[in-house]
Amino acid sequence: MHRTLTIIGCHVLEFVREVGGSFVLLGRSLARLPELHRTFRQTLVQLEQVGIGSLPLVFVTSIFVGAVAAVQAAYQFHGYVPMIFLGTVVGKSVILELGPVLTALVVGGRVAASYAAELGTMKVTEQIDAMEILAIDPARYLVMLRLVACVIMMPVLVILADFLAIIGGMFVSNITLGVSALTFNTGLRLFFSVDDVYSSVIKAAVFGGIIGLMGCYYGFRTHGGAQGVGKSAMHAVVSTCIGVLITNYFLASVLFRIIFYKAT
Amino acid sequence: MRIECSEVHKAFFRNEVLRGVDLVVAPGESLVVIGRSGEGKSVLLKHLVALLHPDSGSICVDGVDITRMRRKKLYEVRLRFGMVFQGAALFDSLTVGENVALALREHTDLNDAAIRTVCDEKLAMVGLAGTADKQPAELSGGMRKRVGFARAIAMNPECILYDEPTTGLDPITADVINNHIVHLRDELSVSSVVVTHDLASAYKVGDRIVMLHEGRIIYSGTPDEIRSTDHPVVRQFVEGRADGPAAGRAME
Repeated sequence: MHRTLTIIGCHVLEFVREVGGSFVLLGRSLARLPELHRTFRQTLVQLEQVGIGSLPLVFVTSIFVGAVAAVQAAYQFHGYVPMIFLGTVVGKSVILELGPVLTALVVGGRVAASYAAELGTMKVTEQIDAMEILAIDPARYLVMLRLVACVIMMPVLVILADFLAIIGGMFVSNITLGVSALTFNTGLRLFFSVDDVYSSVIKAAVFGGIIGLMGCYYGFRTHGGAQGVGKSAMHAVVSTCIGVLITNYFLASVLFRIIFYKAT
Repeated sequence: MRIECSEVHKAFFRNEVLRGVDLVVAPGESLVVIGRSGEGKSVLLKHLVALLHPDSGSICVDGVDITRMRRKKLYEVRLRFGMVFQGAALFDSLTVGENVALALREHTDLNDAAIRTVCDEKLAMVGLAGTADKQPAELSGGMRKRVGFARAIAMNPECILYDEPTTGLDPITADVINNHIVHLRDELSVSSVVVTHDLASAYKVGDRIVMLHEGRIIYSGTPDEIRSTDHPVVRQFVEGRADGPAAGRAME
């Protein structure tokens, strides 16, 4: 019993330390935001790597997410709900939830792992220490620009993902479900609200911050050589996924029950 | 620059590495730290620039305790140091020239041409003229270490820390590094703290040699004193004998 409690206690303490450490790193990085111009070129490189580099993944994921959403909505509507609402459901589900969350999960897996591996390798080869000796703050030179790149590019990727998913849903609806593009579009516009897009963008920006922060945090915590780098990449991806899913709930509660809530 | 370590203790989990280290590096002095593998020499070296923080004790640079400094002030102190890492620790994403130039770009107002001139000069000093555009991956281990040396001296520091500067180098290249250390000490009065197993290097570059054993400094003396000492642990290390008072301690 004592041993079980000790193990649980250790895990809880480790969790608290990791959450605290992440916020400390976030605070250090945000404090250096006014100096972003000093790493302008490196920031552009990161924007390209996060944005352009993730395009193929986002393209494939989004098309099929929209297609599946259409097929499953049609299955559930069959015999109960007119198909004019197919576009409504696909549009709403993609913009409000599937677009930002699934994009964050797939891009997060790619980007967070990449950041953790890159910074982890720098850590185990003492490059981070070398940077500190040169009086260059790694939080500014390495972390801040990665955070900025993720926070900027995630909303762009999510908007693209939303668009592609709707296109995918419309295509599948037309080809396999017998719902014309006109019907689909009519349904899409029926209950469309620009607030939905705002919420999608806000979610995307927050998820981008989580992706950048988790990748950099676990990269900086790497120890133990190549095996340690692998573990850091794994932890970064797992923490990103958990962070996105948990934050999604709280964001949804704030966005849809407070900020964009419309009383009927 | 005067560096003083006072009663420095450091443990990693339950492993006590430093158990009350007292050390002074006088201005312009070249101090060599020797000891068995795993004794904590590199740990001690990193404490001198607050890359690690002691569990207790103090590390003072010109009388100011750097262990309690805020980051901005600490960076001002670190600009007075240079460090050559055991594995060179070059930034993989930058060329050789960009590695050497990084501190100049971040901390000076020099234009690109002036920075390039300084970099070429520092690379020429270590025998690597014309390599500025190469990537670190294209270099041999010895060349990477020399680039690390050039990067460490780019800002003309007052004190340079060397972590195993000649490990892994052929004897000729190792002596080239030794000569650079001696030149910086003699011509430019740059202090050095050198961690090494290489006794030939230690005798050549050191004004004073200290031995770290079981977490404490157990001996301090000139190269001649080290050679002739009858301290049993130091004698065993200098003679490279497996048998002796230091044989029982497990390698970490």
